Amino acid sequence: MFYREAGDFKTSYVDDNQTFPIKFDRYRYYVVLAVAFGIIPFLINDYWANALLLPFLIYAIAAIGLNILVGYCGQVSLGTGGFMAVGAYACYKLMTAFPDVSMFIHVILAGGITAIVGVLFGLPSLRIKGFYLAVATLAAQFFLVWLFNRVPWFYNYSASGQINAPERDVFGIIITGPNAPAWATYLFCLIFLTICAIIARNLTRGTTGRTWMAIRDMDIAAEIIGVNPLKAKLTAFAVSSFFVGIAGALFFAVYLGAVEVGEVFGIQKSFLVLFMIIIGGLGSIFGSFAGAAFLVLLPVVLKVTGVDLLGWPTDIVAHLQLVIVGALIITFLILEPHGLAQLWRVAKEKLRLWPFPH
Amino acid sequence: MNKTLATMALGALMAAGPALADLVIPDLSYRTGPFAAGGIPFSDGYNDYFTMLNERDGGIGGVPIRMVECETGYTTEKGVECYEATKNEGSLVYQPLSTGITYQLIPKVSADGIPLHTMGYGRTSAANGEIFEWVFNYPANYWNGASGAINHLLEENSGDISGKKVALVYHNSAYGKEPIRTLEELSKKHGYELALLPVDSPGQEQKSQWLQIRRDRPDYVILWGWGVMNQVAIQEAANIRFPMENMIGIWWSGAEPDVIPSGEASNGYKALAFTATGDDFPVFDDIKKYVHDAGKAAGAGDKVGTVQYNRAVYAAMLASEAIRTAQEIHGVADITPAMMRDGMEALNISEDRMAELGMSGFGPTFEVSCQNHGGPGLVGVTQWDAAAQKWNVISDFKPTDGDVINALITEDSGAYAAENNLSPRCN
Repeated sequence: MFYREAGDFKTSYVDDNQTFPIKFDRYRYYVVLAVAFGIIPFLINDYWANALLLPFLIYAIAAIGLNILVGYCGQVSLGTGGFMAVGAYACYKLMTAFPDVSMFIHVILAGGITAIVGVLFGLPSLRIKGFYLAVATLAAQFFLVWLFNRVPWFYNYSASGQINAPERDVFGIIITGPNAPAWATYLFCLIFLTICAIIARNLTRGTTGRTWMAIRDMDIAAEIIGVNPLKAKLTAFAVSSFFVGIAGALFFAVYLGAVEVGEVFGIQKSFLVLFMIIIGGLGSIFGSFAGAAFLVLLPVVLKVTGVDLLGWPTDIVAHLQLVIVGALIITFLILEPHGLAQLWRVAKEKLRLWPFPH
Repeated sequence: MNKTLATMALGALMAAGPALADLVIPDLSYRTGPFAAGGIPFSDGYNDYFTMLNERDGGIGGVPIRMVECETGYTTEKGVECYEATKNEGSLVYQPLSTGITYQLIPKVSADGIPLHTMGYGRTSAANGEIFEWVFNYPANYWNGASGAINHLLEENSGDISGKKVALVYHNSAYGKEPIRTLEELSKKHGYELALLPVDSPGQEQKSQWLQIRRDRPDYVILWGWGVMNQVAIQEAANIRFPMENMIGIWWSGAEPDVIPSGEASNGYKALAFTATGDDFPVFDDIKKYVHDAGKAAGAGDKVGTVQYNRAVYAAMLASEAIRTAQEIHGVADITPAMMRDGMEALNISEDRMAELGMSGFGPTFEVSCQNHGGPGLVGVTQWDAAAQKWNVISDFKPTDGDVINALITEDSGAYAAENNLSPRCN
């Protein structure tokens, strides 16, 4: 009734090509943005920021990045943790070397450095495919973590081998360090997420995205119709690593504040982000959000219900959480292999027909 | 089953009811994951001691203690979540039992004004109270541990270990890297050769490190592991027939779960300690009577008298004594975290007080001051007797190399102060 194209007349090509052509979708998008930017910053406290919202925002950026590579371009990668580490260490080196520069610039530069590293490790993708590429990116994961543990220059020769985010600001508002207000860190990450999502959405709708998808669907056919696989694969690696690097930089500087590379950016991080996009939906920007929200919120929700409301022992709840998350992942893969995004798509199709289905 | 659930839910509701005066002690525990072998007994001991105080004395100074347990799984991300979830409940002191989480929390507690007690772990230079206002690591720290291990080797070799080869097998993390600087300084002083062998977390994979030890044949191995890494290391050492009495673990690498899996082979393995072993102390009678016999034990209730359980009882005792001191200083029973800090800084653990608590000789006696948050750094050595299944104390709590350690503490805390624009405060 209210969710359909009919009656929403477009009088220009620009209107016709917009991201959300359906009026209801468009308004929903504006409402979400208004709530996220206009209301949440006033209600937020340290717990909500550090336990839920920051990890969600940051993982969503990482998931969008990985989704571009895996979901849109079809290049399986297990190196996300390593690339996040590149972003984090690049950001750390920049923050300590240029203390007066705005955090925005540091984070973007960290993304850029990660993009270069990503392209370097993407080169083998021209020769190897599928599982073999997964193994190659796995090598990147282990090599990068080893490198950051091994070379003291990366952690400024600190005795513990850890990196600690010093206090830095944006236009005088403290963003990193323990004195940063919750709303500022939240807004900082939200701005990055919003911009990343808009860029990713528009890239995937345009020529670049279409060449990625052509390579994903059948690389030989794509090559025959004139897609340059070198350019397509390397741009996918670059853009993907750029986003992942931004996520890594934010994860270290804004969210955790102190990082030990082996523990925080280990192989389990690569798998976590991969699970996010598989559960959320491969090849879907919304899926990246949904997957990140699902895997960040679920453990917290289970913990709050189990420990705080029901008073169960903490170890039982922690184990139950593994069982439930595992069972849900299997259930999803069997019942809805295209992820949460597909559920959302189906719901929208149903809404279009509502209230008069066939 | 339904009835139990309903009772539990009701209990939870009642616990979450109107906030009466209580002393909140958060317990960032880890009963799951690769480090649970150390996390479970520690959390049990920490909980049981406070439960005992509640049952026997009705709390501390008449105010009951409320424990808030939060599972971290030894991961920093969950540690941060636990900290944020518990800090607004009026938490008095954090004891995360993880060096990684400690590094996360040092800036946070300093900003929020909540004391952090990292007993025998964490950032060693936090012993300098001039710089680290909210962080305490008494009674001993890692650099005391490193020096204690070297002192023991000196004793065994009648004071001369020049030319000896010492290998450090360590957890490749902030925790494992902590002793390296001290061991390097001490090697300059005593002339031994130091080899560094990192083991990646969690530490099940150590074949190549032990092959290297087999090839290089170091005279001594110092083990700096935790959780699953310890038992694997001791098993690997047994596999290459490395003499156990030449292997010394830090206090986190010397508990029952670490040596029992390798059976007879682990006989003679040594570990440092700053608390006594066994359950032959009057305090355990009270814990048995008021906690275990009453069915109020934390966890499975089978860890009493094990190494990490005892250490946690000692930690809980230090916390409760600090609360008592704070209550005396401020004349208030329901204290705040800031008052707790004053109590910790004025803490005086005397022999008489230990005897009163039924813990005579259980751990070192010491005084904390504004300058010194690290205690005396007395370190003992224990040895595993596989036949009797117990740890024997073979060297009493002895002082460590203060000259070397204090210089390093001043240097490292100075670096922290410069990074964070802090100036020394005890004037």
